[in-house]
Amino acid sequence: MYDFEYHKPGAIDDAVKALGADAEAKALAGGMTFIPVLKQRLAKPSAVVDLAGLGLTGIRREGNALVIKAMTTHREVAMSSEVASAIPALATLAGNIGDRQVRYRGTIGGSLANNDPSACYPSAVLALGATIVTSRRRIAAADYFQGMFTTALEPDELITEVSFPIPEKAAYAKFPNPASRYAMVGVFVAKTAEGARVAVTGAGNDGVFRHAAMEAALDQSFTADALKDVTTPESLMNGDIHAGTAYRAHLVGVMARRAVMACK
Amino acid sequence: MNDLSNPVIIKGGIGDSPKRTEDHRFLSGKGRYTDDINRPGQAYAYFKRSDVAHGVIKSIDTAAAAAMPGVVAIYTGEDIAKAGIGGVPCGWQLHSKDGSPMVEPPHPILAQGKVRYVGDAIAMVIAETTEQAKDAAEALVIDIESLPAVSEMRAATAPGAALVHDAAAGNICFDWHIGDKAAVDAAFATAFKVARIDVVNNRLIPNPMEPRAAIGDFDQSSGEHTLYTTSQNPHVIRLLMGAFVLQIPEHKLRVVAPDVGGGFGAKIFHYIEEAAVTWAAAQINRPVKWTCGRGEAFITDAHGRDHITHAELALAEDGKFLGLRVNTMANMGAYLSTFAPSVPTYLSATLLAGVYTTPAIYGEVKAVFTNTVPVDAYRGAGRPETTFLLERLVDVAAKEMGMDRVAIRRRNFIPIDAYPYQTPVALMYDSGNHEATLARCMEIADWNGFEARRAAAAKRGKLRGIGMSTYLEACGIAPSAVAGALGARAGLYEVANVRVHPTGSVTVFTGTHSHGQGHETTFAQLVADQLGVPFESVEVVHGDTAKIPFGMGTYGSRSLAVGGSAMVKAMDKIIAKGKKIAAHLMEAAVDDIEFKDGKFTVAGTDKSKSFAEIAITAYVPHNYPIEEVEPGLDETAFYDPKNFTFPGGCHICEVEIDPDTGVVQLIGFTAVDDIGRVINPMIVHGQVHGGVTQGIGQALLEHAIYDETGQLLSGSLMDYTMPRADNVVNIHVGTESTLCTHNPLGAKGVGEVGAIGSPPAVINAVVDALRDYGVSHIDMPATPQKIWSIINAGAPRMAAE
Repeated sequence: MYDFEYHKPGAIDDAVKALGADAEAKALAGGMTFIPVLKQRLAKPSAVVDLAGLGLTGIRREGNALVIKAMTTHREVAMSSEVASAIPALATLAGNIGDRQVRYRGTIGGSLANNDPSACYPSAVLALGATIVTSRRRIAAADYFQGMFTTALEPDELITEVSFPIPEKAAYAKFPNPASRYAMVGVFVAKTAEGARVAVTGAGNDGVFRHAAMEAALDQSFTADALKDVTTPESLMNGDIHAGTAYRAHLVGVMARRAVMACK
Repeated sequence: MNDLSNPVIIKGGIGDSPKRTEDHRFLSGKGRYTDDINRPGQAYAYFKRSDVAHGVIKSIDTAAAAAMPGVVAIYTGEDIAKAGIGGVPCGWQLHSKDGSPMVEPPHPILAQGKVRYVGDAIAMVIAETTEQAKDAAEALVIDIESLPAVSEMRAATAPGAALVHDAAAGNICFDWHIGDKAAVDAAFATAFKVARIDVVNNRLIPNPMEPRAAIGDFDQSSGEHTLYTTSQNPHVIRLLMGAFVLQIPEHKLRVVAPDVGGGFGAKIFHYIEEAAVTWAAAQINRPVKWTCGRGEAFITDAHGRDHITHAELALAEDGKFLGLRVNTMANMGAYLSTFAPSVPTYLSATLLAGVYTTPAIYGEVKAVFTNTVPVDAYRGAGRPETTFLLERLVDVAAKEMGMDRVAIRRRNFIPIDAYPYQTPVALMYDSGNHEATLARCMEIADWNGFEARRAAAAKRGKLRGIGMSTYLEACGIAPSAVAGALGARAGLYEVANVRVHPTGSVTVFTGTHSHGQGHETTFAQLVADQLGVPFESVEVVHGDTAKIPFGMGTYGSRSLAVGGSAMVKAMDKIIAKGKKIAAHLMEAAVDDIEFKDGKFTVAGTDKSKSFAEIAITAYVPHNYPIEEVEPGLDETAFYDPKNFTFPGGCHICEVEIDPDTGVVQLIGFTAVDDIGRVINPMIVHGQVHGGVTQGIGQALLEHAIYDETGQLLSGSLMDYTMPRADNVVNIHVGTESTLCTHNPLGAKGVGEVGAIGSPPAVINAVVDALRDYGVSHIDMPATPQKIWSIINAGAPRMAAE
């Protein structure tokens, strides 16, 4: 990797200041994407601002919401009894990200800030209508995701926590990329107070998206059968050496039905 | 000496399974790999590599890079040419059908004039640290004019295709054949039916756990060069690099291959980086270290497989195979790697008889240059390609004939009483019992109970299939004279030096090399068993040309069959000498001395001397037959095998396919192999487990994919699917051995059988699972997308339709 300045602030304000003062500075959360990128010399930040000293870990219940602080690791989410009782689908999702080493280091905030189109968390955030709480505002999930690796975050804006409204039931079904084990197709299905929600990650050519046709069908009948004839336009799909657009579109249906059947 | 014709398993001896002695250091992080070695004053090399597949190097400006902090030296192809350094050589020469030698373009250690694949080394930057070398490499100003590239063989052989080497018209390296074309044509003329198949043997990237590394060191006072390298065969590297590239005589060149973390073939070959660091160390008079990155390994380690084949099998009305016609294109990549020409030809086409009595066989192989990483031997090397082709073709033939898959195999098996068996494609099989391995494997896998399991799976909505392969391979390479006649440019014997120390402990120096196989254990067992000394008092040393007399290294499942046989020969000399010493001590005739269980005994008496007593006498020769025998107990033997060895067996795979996703799940895998004498059953099981896992990887997961411009799309572990624990099942391993008839151990070799026998068993099972979909063949890897596409293309048809 290239040389850079390393900062480990102890307060959010200091971290924001460090990022604001230097356009080439980058924030380091769990580093499960960022560190490999640095090692491969694919990024050349002037400074790295490590967020590990900000005290941003923890999971709490707040009324009808589950609030997870940004630096909470996937393992902590997967093992949390709070998560397991409120939104078990989220625990399952976190417990199947990457491998054990990744789950011990990777964080929910880091994953959402990076917004990798094949990351798992964005589908949960979008389907559950979560709110991204940052160092300066609250952003609705619908406004937050803006395409592959693109979010509403400003360069000096940090996610501090994510607030998930607790659904009636939900489930996540992932078809992993056979090599990377990222989601080749991941579908998060939830039955919420606002109705059925279906969010798809991994498959779309513009990042995570809501599947309106599936939501409409599930609003009629929240069963796997209701999705039988709902198709996904291939034009929305990503294609690569592992899965072309037709196969991905097909898998969106299969994973959605499996998620509906697994909902609890 | 433990009697091999009537073996008794003694503790730590042949047939026992002591835990692997090497594992303690490997599992506790104390292995000593090349990258763990650091030499005083060491500098670090980084290779600037081409990111285009084909292009003309217009200019390289090193001035800015040379001025960067920490830079010690920068070398380009021009410097190499000026120094008069040759290219890395190819160790095997083939001739085309018309008698002309293969096209053998030079492979300079740094590109000269042109780059020919993504990864081709353009410049070597040496600096105080690797990071500084990388920084400087980024400051090189390199002007390359891109040329059209050919990455796939059909494109490379199309009219008007870009030429990788001007000397190779049509990108053909050689156009070779074997067998009797006229006899095959005649057989086809009388055929009742002909089964045909088109097969792509998918290109693989070996990915040993330890990436390659090399350190060049030069001692100015002695003029001795030392290369530490991740090699399966340090003596071969010394020969190739010393004699052909750098012109350093053997006595001034030491090659050390310490602990090596997996090879699978990729670490056999002499790579340009080895020569570059050895040469540069002498130029700058400092040690130079290079450690390959994982991404760099993807575009520089020789790849494996990559054949396209059309084959036809002529059948008689009773299902007998009458003739086999095979036409293969084999990708060589951009340059000829060390053993590349031998892989699709003598290591592949010579196995086209398989385990069958096919009387007439004709094989043609066109080797093709492309703008891709050089392709060479990878676990099994040529034999997996032929086995896949044959065992798929036999299943297709069974379907064509309306015959049972087992019945058609049995009808064509070489019967046990036909051994030794001369095939129509050069090889003389010494031993085998195909019915025995088949029957045992079918029993363990419950082949006959399959249809009930398929019906039960169908009720769960799953498509279940079962497949087998009955195969044979040739390894234990190789009789030097035969190999030489076939084009090898080296001998293929093996060497052992057995050094009995004064107190009776033993050090064995072997020319083979262990990089995961457990030789330190297996060979110690062999020596303990034969000399009657405790397993713990035997030390096995390999991997250093300064310690080992000579050797050809480890590949082609040769270490036990050839290297172990050399040890037996050396031990025979030790025992013969010991008998003379014992005869003297016990005042008996030498012919009356027997050696058994570590004791020299006067036949018919209770007079005996222990092995340790003889050892001490040999080194303290006070009462000694000094006129007759020299002091010491240290013997060396070179063993040149009389023939190849022919392991084989039966693999059965059972799978279930999820028709919704196309995912193939392995349900069961059974391997019953005939590998000859087994020294350590636990290690044998481990070798089969590893080989089968790699075979499953090839069948279902792994695929090196280039785009048409020569960029490697599967260029990292994010896109290249290595098999993982959850991709495999518990593998049932059995052995059903006949002994090799021509080496003293009866050993055949086990290193590659798993990777050779398994891929067709897996694909035969996948095709069987899809039997209602009218599928006759699926190319590897059988990815979920491929399977789903087949299922999606048509609703099930009844097989009878």
